[in-house]
Amino acid sequence: MLHDRDRIFTNLYGQHDWRLKGALARGVWDRTKDIIHKGRSWIINEVKESNLRGRGGAGFPTGLKWSFMPPDEKRDGRPHYLVVNADESEPGTCKDRDILRYDPHRLIEGCLIAGFAMGANTAYIYVRGEFYNEASHLQIAIDEAYEAGLIGRNACGSGWDFDVYLHRGAGAYICGEETALLESLEGKKGMPRLKPPFPAACGLYGCPTTINNVETIAVTPEIVKRGGAWFASLGRPNNTGTKIFCISGHVNRPCNVEEELGIPMKELIERYAGGVRGGWDNLKAVIPGGSSTPILPKSICDTVLMDFDSLREARSGLGTAGLIVMDKSTDVIEAIARLAHFYKHESCGQCTPCREGTGWMWRVLTRMVRGEAEVEEIDRLLDVANQIEGHTICALGDGAAWPVQGLIRHFRDEIEARILSAGRSKAA
Amino acid sequence: MSQREPAPEALQPESFTFSEAGAKRAQQIIARYPKGRQQSAVIPLLDLAQRECGGWLPRAAMDHVAELLSMPPIRVYEVGTFYTMFNLKPVGKHLIQVCRTTPCWLRGADELTATCRKKLGIELGETTADGQFTLVEVECLGACVNAPMIQVNDDYYEDLTPELMERLIDDLAAGRDVSIGSQAGRRGSEPEGGPITLQEVPDPPVVKTLDFDKPAEAPAEAAEKA
Amino acid sequence: MPKLTVDGKEVEVPAGSTVLQACEAAGVEVPRFCYHERLSIAGNCRMCLVEVKPGPPKPQASCALPAADGQEIITNSPKIKKAREGVLEFLLINHPLDCPICDQGGECDLQDQTMAYGGDTSRYRDNKRAVPEKYLGPLIKTFMNRCIHCTRCIRFLAEVAGVPELGATGRGEEMEITTYIGKALTSELSANIIDLCPVGALTSKPYAFMARPWELRKTESIDVMDALGSAIRIDVRGREVLRVLPRMNDDINEEWISDKSRYACDGLAFRRLDRPFVRKDGKLVEATWDEALAAAAEVLTKADPQRVAAIVGDQCDAESMLALKLLMAGVGTPHVDCRQDGAALSADCRAGYIFNSTIAGIDEADAILIVGSNPRIEAPVLNARIRKRWLNAGIPVGVIGPQAELTYPYDYLGAGPKSLQALIDGQVAFGETLRNAQRPMVIVGQGALARPDGAAVLAAVRAFAESAGVVREGWNGFNVLHTAAARVGALDLGLVPGQGGRDVAGILDGAEKGEIDVVYLLAADEIDANRLRDCFVIYQGHHGDRGAAVADVVLPGAAYTEKDGTYVNTEGRVQLARRASFPPGEAREDWKILRALSGVMGRPLPFDDLRGVRRRLIEENPVFAAVNAIEPAAWGAFGTPGELSDAPFASPIGNFYMTDPISRASRTMAECSGLLQAARTPMATGTEGAARPWV
Repeated sequence: MLHDRDRIFTNLYGQHDWRLKGALARGVWDRTKDIIHKGRSWIINEVKESNLRGRGGAGFPTGLKWSFMPPDEKRDGRPHYLVVNADESEPGTCKDRDILRYDPHRLIEGCLIAGFAMGANTAYIYVRGEFYNEASHLQIAIDEAYEAGLIGRNACGSGWDFDVYLHRGAGAYICGEETALLESLEGKKGMPRLKPPFPAACGLYGCPTTINNVETIAVTPEIVKRGGAWFASLGRPNNTGTKIFCISGHVNRPCNVEEELGIPMKELIERYAGGVRGGWDNLKAVIPGGSSTPILPKSICDTVLMDFDSLREARSGLGTAGLIVMDKSTDVIEAIARLAHFYKHESCGQCTPCREGTGWMWRVLTRMVRGEAEVEEIDRLLDVANQIEGHTICALGDGAAWPVQGLIRHFRDEIEARILSAGRSKAA
Repeated sequence: MSQREPAPEALQPESFTFSEAGAKRAQQIIARYPKGRQQSAVIPLLDLAQRECGGWLPRAAMDHVAELLSMPPIRVYEVGTFYTMFNLKPVGKHLIQVCRTTPCWLRGADELTATCRKKLGIELGETTADGQFTLVEVECLGACVNAPMIQVNDDYYEDLTPELMERLIDDLAAGRDVSIGSQAGRRGSEPEGGPITLQEVPDPPVVKTLDFDKPAEAPAEAAEKA
Repeated sequence: MPKLTVDGKEVEVPAGSTVLQACEAAGVEVPRFCYHERLSIAGNCRMCLVEVKPGPPKPQASCALPAADGQEIITNSPKIKKAREGVLEFLLINHPLDCPICDQGGECDLQDQTMAYGGDTSRYRDNKRAVPEKYLGPLIKTFMNRCIHCTRCIRFLAEVAGVPELGATGRGEEMEITTYIGKALTSELSANIIDLCPVGALTSKPYAFMARPWELRKTESIDVMDALGSAIRIDVRGREVLRVLPRMNDDINEEWISDKSRYACDGLAFRRLDRPFVRKDGKLVEATWDEALAAAAEVLTKADPQRVAAIVGDQCDAESMLALKLLMAGVGTPHVDCRQDGAALSADCRAGYIFNSTIAGIDEADAILIVGSNPRIEAPVLNARIRKRWLNAGIPVGVIGPQAELTYPYDYLGAGPKSLQALIDGQVAFGETLRNAQRPMVIVGQGALARPDGAAVLAAVRAFAESAGVVREGWNGFNVLHTAAARVGALDLGLVPGQGGRDVAGILDGAEKGEIDVVYLLAADEIDANRLRDCFVIYQGHHGDRGAAVADVVLPGAAYTEKDGTYVNTEGRVQLARRASFPPGEAREDWKILRALSGVMGRPLPFDDLRGVRRRLIEENPVFAAVNAIEPAAWGAFGTPGELSDAPFASPIGNFYMTDPISRASRTMAECSGLLQAARTPMATGTEGAARPWV
């Protein structure tokens, strides 16, 4: 079990003052100026050493991502931007929300350090529009930080000018995709961009840009202060550090908790969320990392570890580390059909396979919930999912396909049984 | 998606301009973005316009924002229709948005919707005759560990049950103060009954990398010692 | 120059090419819907997926992927075959498959590609999406169920036309292509989106349900609705021109044409002069050719040559203009003119009346001054080219004259000659911009020339062009933008008053004063014909328009689609229009009418066939020998220095949709024109009408 002293988000539940005074007491904004004076490459190296992988779902190494930004000697006069992805919308995930509302200064400090490390003088924090109260906290914190000279001109007295702006979205899951987010931030529909060019070369307003998740940015001050090696010593190799897990669904005490990566799923659920409703044996399945990650049946949940590589081996993923727990009473077909509806609703409509395929999958699944389908349609559905996967500009298509693939992989018999019994009752 | 169609002509106001305060606020928002990138302000300005229009976005308001930002109106219509928080038709004083996605559904979202329908006597997408409530279902609002939950206008109401839902509607209808967040008395996303982690305030961590001043190796030692 | 292999074939492509272009270079066809050479890359249809090594394991959209050295591209693997089948299946699940009643049938990308790359059945069992139709005006019909959301139409209007009125509202499977406000598109190039639409979602309203493409006889020809000479294809069934489509010509129109070029063609069926008429007892009555020619010949031979005049129309072919010139020379009158609008252009120096830089030269210009022209309505396709140049290079544009919404931003330097004088005097910064440019360009419109001080304006612009380096070694940026398709050819033939001859204004004055007795109008309708009511008017032309109304003899001629004719465009480019159908009734090709008349007059013209006319054209002016080519014109003196007036320049075109006898007879153009008039009345929202160049 992770010791409290190794927890980064010490105000995860809002038990303390979230404003500047409270944040200072928790060590936020402590010696930030000295950190900046260590220089860009030192910060990036420290983050590289921590093996921090992005907390937004894809798990891309953060230090490496930062190093894609043009170094000082290669700057061409264009401004650099840090964009923080706070468009948290992945079903099953509600971790960034807690950072925004209870630890906003940690995020702002992270913006300064990360922004400095990538040569950016400006950060935009894109908060999902529905998080109105969370955005209010963040704005208050930004104002406080300006007031205290922590950001703005000569931020923290470091000599680095740094502006932080809050930008609220208006209801679109797709804006969590980094290039869709940039489009949205530029005042357009959130339609993902073609890559290349990648944002580090041509991002916001055509300038070098790095987009990071809230949690990723918020943990970096602690990493550079305590040392990359400290972070790397937590978790498992290649899956280092701590992570906020969100445990929702059929558990006795749903909650968020910060734990080490690599904690067994069963331990996570039992220790922190009060166990599965009706006991572990009443578990049917878990979606381990937010809605996009394929569902896992109990047999895998018994032993699987909660980290990027272990879940990948189990043909699922850590994603955002939002666990959706389902007990034996669950109609898994409907659980996935609901997700299919979500993806249909959130598809931006740009690419053919996603625009047309998400609706197709949802319609078939909706019929399957009632058993109104042919058994052959299961393979057809799988084929449709496979035709979406990998054929779209962004990963939303993949994210829509994976839950369906996971459902068929692990619960084909249940769909078949539903279809057959519906057929029988119809015949009768 | 009945909510995504524009309101009929009869309901569309002839014109719209920001109030004095709104216009000032709009300029502050535009100033957040680099010169010539004022289009970035389109979402915040539409949000502002929607607030000034009583919770929905008439076409005239989009035209006004287009003019303010030197955008072709169609680019603003695209934005206005793309993002689901923009209501293209009038809504009630309280816009009840029930989260219907899997984590909330697992914990009773359907019952909340049913409760609302019964209590308010309206179907999804409809507004009560007194203009108090509009009921819609929405996709994941990102408060999954506090499921089932709803959003009313700007605020989240979490950990709901049909009973709590009814009470909430009564309170809102009566104009009583309601506390936002968990309706079951939870604080944030902590587990029911209180957290089992972070029970004390830990001392702020020491900034080790600076104290050792040998960033490459020193932190590793420090971590070992820790 | 990256070198790569496509399906094993090695190709080398220019740097900056895409993988799709590399595939084309290798002769490998890659299916696509959203990609279009002249539009920005959207990459949304996902039809052009290919496998790329080295690269991620998933297939890549070849339209958006830069070609790189050493890439291995695979387009024929089972994986790609399956991916294409998948995309087509997705496109078709919500497509109505109503090909039997779809106007796109037979020329539909979706149909063709489904045949080539699609599966054989649909596996989709659920209900199809129903999308409400959209009103886009009188030209474009929508069947939105068929839309595949490629966004070509949106991109065209935003990028090429510069009038962004279409968008995709909503999202996901509910995304719809719409104006949202349900108003007609206002771009003069709007109907190009019909050609761009790869399916039958946007089809031609006037052509709706008229024909199947395989029933049509297709003739490649030249447009005469403005002076650009855009390449067109005329589709005819029987005698009737059913539609006009653009052809590709990178030198002139790329692949666009204006809505008037496309849709005035229904005017070819109305108000036609399909038989000769002779005025008897004050009324025009039908006559035989013999009677009509005899009547015309009689007055022409008997009249005092000094009291005979001829005016040439704006859409005439060079052959008939030559025949008229020779006929009038035979009569012995110097009163011949082609400048109906009174433009102060002389035929002496060719460089003084053509678009010297060529239209494609706009792509090189780095500063443009527009004087007395609204190119958006005088030559919409050319205007789009200026916009393209501005989009690509952000070049500065200055305007003296009408302050119109041109679809690109410009420095407005003033309304008339005064501002021109200020520029010449070096009082305007834009003059410096031009002087410092490498490829400076000045475009002079007829609005600057067709006025009493036109010759002085021309001289002033010439002097400025010379002093500002607009004309220099290897570059001549002095450009006259014409609005009449016949004008440059007429000037090349010298159809201007001879020694002591009257120009159009002089002819009209003379007619009113009783100094002119006989006027020959060769399809000339852009004059105040009422002023001719006291003369004997011979009208030769194709439409019962202004000229025919005052005629004493009507000789029915052929419209541009009904004859093989030579036209010289504003650049001075000689082009051949081809006959797509026969003139109606007893109407005849125009040079033949003049040849017949000359015979009746007893002074037969020296040619009997088209080859003969064309030989004579070359004798008259060697430029006619070089078809499709442009010879740089020698710089010389033109214009007459003089007093400049204060009157502002005005565009010669008030109503884009009605500029000539054909478009005035067109019902489609009448509808467009009605909307234009309605739009000119102020709008309630207050957001219309302001000059706002969209970036």
